[in-house]
Amino acid sequence: MTWIGALSQLIQLAVAVLLAPLLLGWVNQCRAWLQNKRAPSLAQPYRMIRKLFLKEPVIAHNASPIFRLTPYIVFGAMALAAAIVPSLATDLPFATAADAIALVGIFALARIFIALAAMDIGTAFGSLGARREMLIGFLAEPALLMVFFTASLISQSTSLVTIVETLAHREFVIYPSLAFAGIAFTMVSLAENARVPVDNPATHLELTMIHEAMILEYSGRHLALIEWASSLKLFNYSCLGLALFFPWGIVEGAHDVVGLLWAIPVLVGKLALGGFLLALIETMSAKLRIFRAPEFLGTAFLLGVLGMLVHQLLGA
Amino acid sequence: MIEIAVILALPFSAGALLALWGARKWAAEFNIAASFATFVAAAALTARVISEGPLLAFDRLFFVDAFNVFLVALTAFVGCTTAVFSRPYMRIEEAHGRLTPPRLRLYHSMYQVFVGAMLVALLTNNMGILWVAMEAATLATVLLVSLYRTPASLEAAWKYFILCGVGIAQALFGTILLYFAAERVLGAEGGALLWTELNQVKSQLEPTVLSLSFVFLLVGYGTKVGLVPLHNWLPDAHAEGPTPVSAVLSGLLLNVALYAVVRCKVLVDGSLETVFAGKLMMGFGLLSVVTSAFFLMRQKDVKRLFAYSSIEHMGIITFAFGMGGAVASFAGLLHMTVHSLTKSAIFYTVGHAAQKTGTQLIANIRGLIQVSPTIGWGLTLGCLAILGMPPFGVFASEFLILTTAMRDQPWATPFLLGALGVAFAAVFSKVQPMVFGDTNAKRLPHPPSMLPVFLHMALVLMLGLWIPPYLAEWYRQAAQMIG
Amino acid sequence: MSLPLSSQLLNLLAAVLLLLSFAMLAQRRLLSLVSLFAMQGFALCLATLLVALTSTQTHLFYSAALTLVLKVIVLPYFLYRMIHKLEVLWDVETLLNIPMIMLLGIVLVVIAFNLAVPISQLSSTITRSMLGIALASVLLSFLMMITRRKAIPQVIGFLAMENGLFFAAISATYGMPMIIELGIALDVLVGVLILGVFFFQIREQFDSLDLEHLEKLRDE
Repeated sequence: MTWIGALSQLIQLAVAVLLAPLLLGWVNQCRAWLQNKRAPSLAQPYRMIRKLFLKEPVIAHNASPIFRLTPYIVFGAMALAAAIVPSLATDLPFATAADAIALVGIFALARIFIALAAMDIGTAFGSLGARREMLIGFLAEPALLMVFFTASLISQSTSLVTIVETLAHREFVIYPSLAFAGIAFTMVSLAENARVPVDNPATHLELTMIHEAMILEYSGRHLALIEWASSLKLFNYSCLGLALFFPWGIVEGAHDVVGLLWAIPVLVGKLALGGFLLALIETMSAKLRIFRAPEFLGTAFLLGVLGMLVHQLLGA
Repeated sequence: MIEIAVILALPFSAGALLALWGARKWAAEFNIAASFATFVAAAALTARVISEGPLLAFDRLFFVDAFNVFLVALTAFVGCTTAVFSRPYMRIEEAHGRLTPPRLRLYHSMYQVFVGAMLVALLTNNMGILWVAMEAATLATVLLVSLYRTPASLEAAWKYFILCGVGIAQALFGTILLYFAAERVLGAEGGALLWTELNQVKSQLEPTVLSLSFVFLLVGYGTKVGLVPLHNWLPDAHAEGPTPVSAVLSGLLLNVALYAVVRCKVLVDGSLETVFAGKLMMGFGLLSVVTSAFFLMRQKDVKRLFAYSSIEHMGIITFAFGMGGAVASFAGLLHMTVHSLTKSAIFYTVGHAAQKTGTQLIANIRGLIQVSPTIGWGLTLGCLAILGMPPFGVFASEFLILTTAMRDQPWATPFLLGALGVAFAAVFSKVQPMVFGDTNAKRLPHPPSMLPVFLHMALVLMLGLWIPPYLAEWYRQAAQMIG
Repeated sequence: MSLPLSSQLLNLLAAVLLLLSFAMLAQRRLLSLVSLFAMQGFALCLATLLVALTSTQTHLFYSAALTLVLKVIVLPYFLYRMIHKLEVLWDVETLLNIPMIMLLGIVLVVIAFNLAVPISQLSSTITRSMLGIALASVLLSFLMMITRRKAIPQVIGFLAMENGLFFAAISATYGMPMIIELGIALDVLVGVLILGVFFFQIREQFDSLDLEHLEKLRDE
């Protein structure tokens, strides 16, 4: 581990944690524009988090320690994931320690705790949300793994760093398998981040809500952490998508401080574009009934598997 | 040359004429005349082949050899006799109000197209054109089977179209694979789909591709042969279409489809030098024989009964070709001939019997022999023949197949014998009360034509006692080629 | 191991074809099914054109034109008209639920790919690796035919199967000889016309195009 590696690790983590609410704000703003609404300010998520941190958390009498611990665990898991996904540089001390499969595990850890906490209080909505969240997760995780496997087959490694380095260094070749994987990944990301075709982050409608149902009992700094973690999750997924399918601009090798600084605006640009596309998808699609969600994710899984099979057949 | 051109052109032009000139009184007679002319041309072709041997025509696109010459003659012959039979039959249907003149126009036109498509399939040297002709024959029969436009006939035609459509698509894939294997040896220009060319280089064709190709071809054309488990369309199409159509379906189309399978088998055997294709065909054949024998017992509709009997006999023939060897293939070819003649004769009598009693239900057809001795005796004789009673030709061929099976494939003999026994009991016990006993039959508005029935039965009887030497020689040559 | 651009594009088209086959398998709406079919025909046409350009087989140009006219314009238009005339815009019912069908579809794709491997190794065309995809789309169309209850989706499945077969012919051998392709196209066209007449007959007889009514004939 070089000092520059440690530096890039630190910078990447800081950028992720600090920029994540901005990405959320940007997506909300784009969505508002596309729907002909007045957009909230870009900084709205920051204000919200600040406001929640200043408030005193209210906790139910029968809450167990799991309920209190969960916000920290979830936030920690998301921050760890942000350190692993190579969004700015590939010479990351953390990234070599955990590969794509471990990353899926970290996401799963966060999911399990948040579902446990939702059931902890024993309210109807919490259990409902937890059940739905587990259903979605149960279907989304294999699909996500299939996407990773396709990319891994191309680069012959499950390490995210190697994948990014291989994909960024190829000559321009059309990979139909990656196209399949790309669509599958988009679908999984929409489901995992509670975006529109599967869930709607903007409503609290008991018939449809998933993520919002689980965090209904949280308040104060706990809620702030959870909201922050959610935006961080969106940020992570976006970076992951960029790393897998548009890996250009990420710094490789260990001796490039200038490159590291240059990579930040590139990342911001790519994220801005990605966020706009996300808002576009959300605007164009209608929310699915909850029992159609398995079909949606089944399709994502199918596409992931097809990508893998097509790669085996065509070698591309 | 000129004979082939006539054989190919006549049915299609007659079909076009019949379609364009509208519903005429003389359509049935014209239909007979065209079929007869086709038959005369086929006879002339046969005579030429007898004197000059196999020939290629039209840039090698069509050919005649020992294997297809007798099938061409048989197809033209049965096509002609069925046209003779259908004239009074269709008149009676019209008198009964089941058909209208426009429908008859469609019928006559499609009948010619159907026969023409089968003749193209038999005569072509090109495996691709064989496929196209089979599909054209399918389309023509779809229209024929749905002629009555009753719910049941529509259902039968729909099933027929979908199942055979799917089947024939598999055959197309098989043909593509065959072309792929051939192109590597013959090149794209060298007529890589011409059967005669393929036959010469068959030992160089890639075995893996050919075995896969044969599976698809067997499933594809086997659907049209009516091999179990791909047979679902067959009883429905036979039972719901007009009887002349049932007669040509059973008597001719199944033969043509089987012909296609055997042509493919020759190539695959040459490439693989194993019994892979033979084993597959034996398996399908035996399954068809056994399954249809048990279905025979449960039939209540007389045309369905004989449709299942056709499946059974196609199974026997497929089994015989699967066993291979000079004797078995000889017997298979003979059985193709006699089954075609006998089964069409049976359908002629059954058609008139159904018209006389106004039903196809076996339970409601009684005592035919009292009202119409010719129909009653025709049905009895046809049944005895198809069940393999000596001295008819079916006995000779089945006997040869069974004895060969005892020698080469002893494990299969009990199944074959058992199935034949069950079939005998089932068919005989159902047909006997139809023929004898008290009657409920009525007179028909037009006199039926029984000439074709007795002509066919006489031929079957002759083939049981004496096979013309050139026919035997063709069988022998074809059997040698099939291997 | 970099492939030439035309090959890459062909691979992409093959993948698109496979994706469209799956989309047709999952599609519930009839009109969307027709447009998916047209899109599949278009992908097929592009693939044929691309192969024609790279392999300089002139008859493939005619073949591509034939595909364009028949499978992208005539047949979809005919089906579209028929759906409107018959007023059958309902959602398509399937025999199994769709995720189940999809899983079966994946199994079929695996089978098809495995079947095609020994063959494509023998082939020398630039398109050889597409054979597995062609076979897969044939099998998927077959699956679509057997899982649909209504008449029109079954016919679309039948036509899609024909598309897959054409694709197989192109990928294995640069297409069949022209005369045969013409024959096949003619057969398909006539077949669809006959079926078109049939639809009206069936509807007249049963007041519906639901094939449930067509299950009366069976051995009791």
